[in-house]
Amino acid sequence: MWSNLPLFPARASTMAGHVDALYFALVAMAAFFTFLVSALILFFAIRYRKERNPVATQIHGSTALELLWTGIPLGIVMIIFVWSSVIFFMQTRPPKGAMEVYTVGKQWMWKFQHTEGQREINELHVPAGRDVRMIMTSQDVIHSFYVPAFRIKADVLPGRYTSTWFHATTPGRYHLFCAEYCGTQHSGMLGEVIVMEPADYDRWASGGVDGSLASAGEKTFQQYGCSMCHRGDAAGRGPNLMGVFGRPVLLDDGRTVTADESYVRESILNPGAKIASGFKNIMPTFEGQLSEEEVIGLVAYVKALGNGTANLPIPVSEPNSGTYPLAPKAEGSAAKSDKATTPAKTEPAKPAAKQ
Amino acid sequence: METAIQTTEPKKNYLNAEYGVMSWLLTTDHKRIALLYLGSITAFFFLGGFFAMLIRLELLTPAGDLVLSDTYNKLFTMHGVVMIFLFLIPSVPAVFGNFLVPMMIGAKDLAFPKLNLASWYIFIIGAGFILYAIVTGGLDTGWTFYTPYSTTYSNSNVVAAALGVFITGFSSIFTGLNIMVTVHRMRAPGLTWRRLPLFIWAHYATSVIMVLGTPVLAITIVLVALERLFHFGIFDARLGGDPLLFQHLFWFYSHPAVYIMILPTMGVMSEVIACFSRKRPFGYDFIAMSSVAIAVLGFLVWAHHMYVAGISTYAAMIFSLLTFFVAIPSAVKVFNWTATLYKGSITFETPMLYAFAFIGLFTIGGLTGVFLGAVGIDLHVTDTYFVVAHFHYVMVGGAVTGFMCALHFWWPKMTGKMYPEAFAKLSAVLVFVGFNLTFFPQFLLGYMGMPRRYHAYPPEFQVLNVLSTAGASILAVGFLMPMIYFAWSLRYGKDAGPNPYNAAGLEWQTSSPPTTFNFEETPVVTSEAYNYDEIDGTTQKGVEVAG
Repeated sequence: MWSNLPLFPARASTMAGHVDALYFALVAMAAFFTFLVSALILFFAIRYRKERNPVATQIHGSTALELLWTGIPLGIVMIIFVWSSVIFFMQTRPPKGAMEVYTVGKQWMWKFQHTEGQREINELHVPAGRDVRMIMTSQDVIHSFYVPAFRIKADVLPGRYTSTWFHATTPGRYHLFCAEYCGTQHSGMLGEVIVMEPADYDRWASGGVDGSLASAGEKTFQQYGCSMCHRGDAAGRGPNLMGVFGRPVLLDDGRTVTADESYVRESILNPGAKIASGFKNIMPTFEGQLSEEEVIGLVAYVKALGNGTANLPIPVSEPNSGTYPLAPKAEGSAAKSDKATTPAKTEPAKPAAKQ
Repeated sequence: METAIQTTEPKKNYLNAEYGVMSWLLTTDHKRIALLYLGSITAFFFLGGFFAMLIRLELLTPAGDLVLSDTYNKLFTMHGVVMIFLFLIPSVPAVFGNFLVPMMIGAKDLAFPKLNLASWYIFIIGAGFILYAIVTGGLDTGWTFYTPYSTTYSNSNVVAAALGVFITGFSSIFTGLNIMVTVHRMRAPGLTWRRLPLFIWAHYATSVIMVLGTPVLAITIVLVALERLFHFGIFDARLGGDPLLFQHLFWFYSHPAVYIMILPTMGVMSEVIACFSRKRPFGYDFIAMSSVAIAVLGFLVWAHHMYVAGISTYAAMIFSLLTFFVAIPSAVKVFNWTATLYKGSITFETPMLYAFAFIGLFTIGGLTGVFLGAVGIDLHVTDTYFVVAHFHYVMVGGAVTGFMCALHFWWPKMTGKMYPEAFAKLSAVLVFVGFNLTFFPQFLLGYMGMPRRYHAYPPEFQVLNVLSTAGASILAVGFLMPMIYFAWSLRYGKDAGPNPYNAAGLEWQTSSPPTTFNFEETPVVTSEAYNYDEIDGTTQKGVEVAG
């Protein structure tokens, strides 16, 4: 047990240096004040002990001193506030063009989906030298994605996407912990982040996958009959999703939202929450019918539609013919018959673009 | 012989005024109720400590080999629930606040004696629910009850424990209400606000938090129980609820609750440091107002527990800024206590040793709070052992040390007996050494990335965990020793006399133990608090009075 006693975590991301620098500054500050207070107490206790100073001198206070020791700490913490906020901005704002890895946390494992199509459990392969953004959700309770070597942490919540990002610098294997207590096997919800040389990573990412994440999403899109309404022309009962992702969407109540991952997710699972201007609130919810992985596939597909790396089919049938399948029976006949009436024949979408 | 026996016949006091179990269970004497609380919370302290020892033993080795994962999760949950809701929250206010607030302001009792007794019964009923939850399968949600784990996924006894926490909340509200009204309405003639002991200011500020904050916790915890029983969908994302709403509501109380635990002990510090320096506290007004500032600002910082929980970047920054503001009044107190020592005439009785320990440990606890308030650092160290170390430095290094300080300082007043000084000093040193050995390594563990609430951990964290467990054993001895010597002192301790430390304050001007109504006649206050110059006869004025 003594052979291995590290006292400091590995530094394997661009963020680690920033966080450590502030940490050391704070350690110095804390050590200084602890030493100051302890030294004063010791000095006064010895110098003014009763044997040496039998009569106390009554001093009521000093406004000047009070202002001094209010003002100096206030100045120090304001410097810390600005410094730490600058780091926080870096931590919470992923750079544009970061590659994306979708993450689903569940009791008690981590599931990762790469846009290239690779899926893994409790192991996360990432390239060194590239920005990687994690888009995360939970299937059950709250988890927290924590890689100490990267100095990043973000809670993973059910019912929404949270995200964090990192830029790994040093190839190697690093701990991935679940940092938010999540039940029986919380301390077993471990993973490993495997940072690879970029060339190795590209080889790994393209090896033995059948189709990208977006193409898996496209299959789901067809299977659940989404293309009935979300057509590639202006005739659909739902918005045409070409080029929508990442752009502002005008809502029927006059607000504008940006079509990000969370908006797409919400529109699938709680369609009535934000209605795009000019459309009716007729879409059924898919809550409980799609797994988080399927939703992620759909999000990746809509994203691919947004940047032109995938296309929507334009069905030949009249959009308003027949009754609308109110709640598509999961995987059931409705989905199949939808497919039958929708001559969906598009080329398989190309892998979603990254960077 | 007979005359000798007659002269040692004890005077009537609150302890021997009546005998029998019913005289205790139906008492409305604030001093007896304080002792009822003292007995109850001491039992809960050792129960919580027992859970802590099992946790530390499990963490001696990296593998989860002593208890099952579920058992471990229940241990740290029950350690937290018992220590926070059944020990720390009532510790100083319900024992020493109860005992001393009326005496310090020259009153016969609290404003609502029956409400005071009711608060103890409610506390015991709530504690009963929590104990019931513990013996019928335990609780494994963490003391924080985070949703949706607590509402949907936990298989343990959440509803019973939640009810227990809900019920004990009312006892806290009653105590707070009682202290507030008493301080407003029952001060002795001449005892103006600026003549109040700082202990009273600290308890007044604490009471405000108790009365304003606790209802929010009560509502939140009821919502958890309702959601668990009937699936209302308040916190369940699938039903349109929001799990983060729970965290906002929970921390809106539970951050100020930290100040419920620490503010009263800050009041204790001001009394003890003044007494053993023979000086009026430096900057009385600033210490008093910093208590009020802490109570107000404490309500505005709750989301610093949630920087990584999914709140917006700007919300996190605002709460970071407010968190730094609340650090200032605590710093002001530490500097003022230190300055009080300057040109004092200092002696080193046990309470003073605890006071020194408090200042040192609370300083470290407060400064590491600055690390956690800094969003950029918090992102890395939140939910790790860094946080565990930080809040134990505040809660044990601060609040428990302050409680021990108060217990030694006012024990002679409560019982009329002196504890054995040498043993008490030894135990104070053991607590200080054991505490630092237990919790300092946890700062290092936290920065290395060891998450909290882990049953098993990677082997590279073992050495520091072994140190921590070793420290916990010393700490346990340090806490067990007072049990023995306090019990011993009840029978064999020297008689204390009314004022063994020559302390200022109205509570020292009556007999030890005091009579049921505290004072023979209502005292009249003619000078400010901490008139140590008059007591020691070291000023012109003091000499004149003596002459």
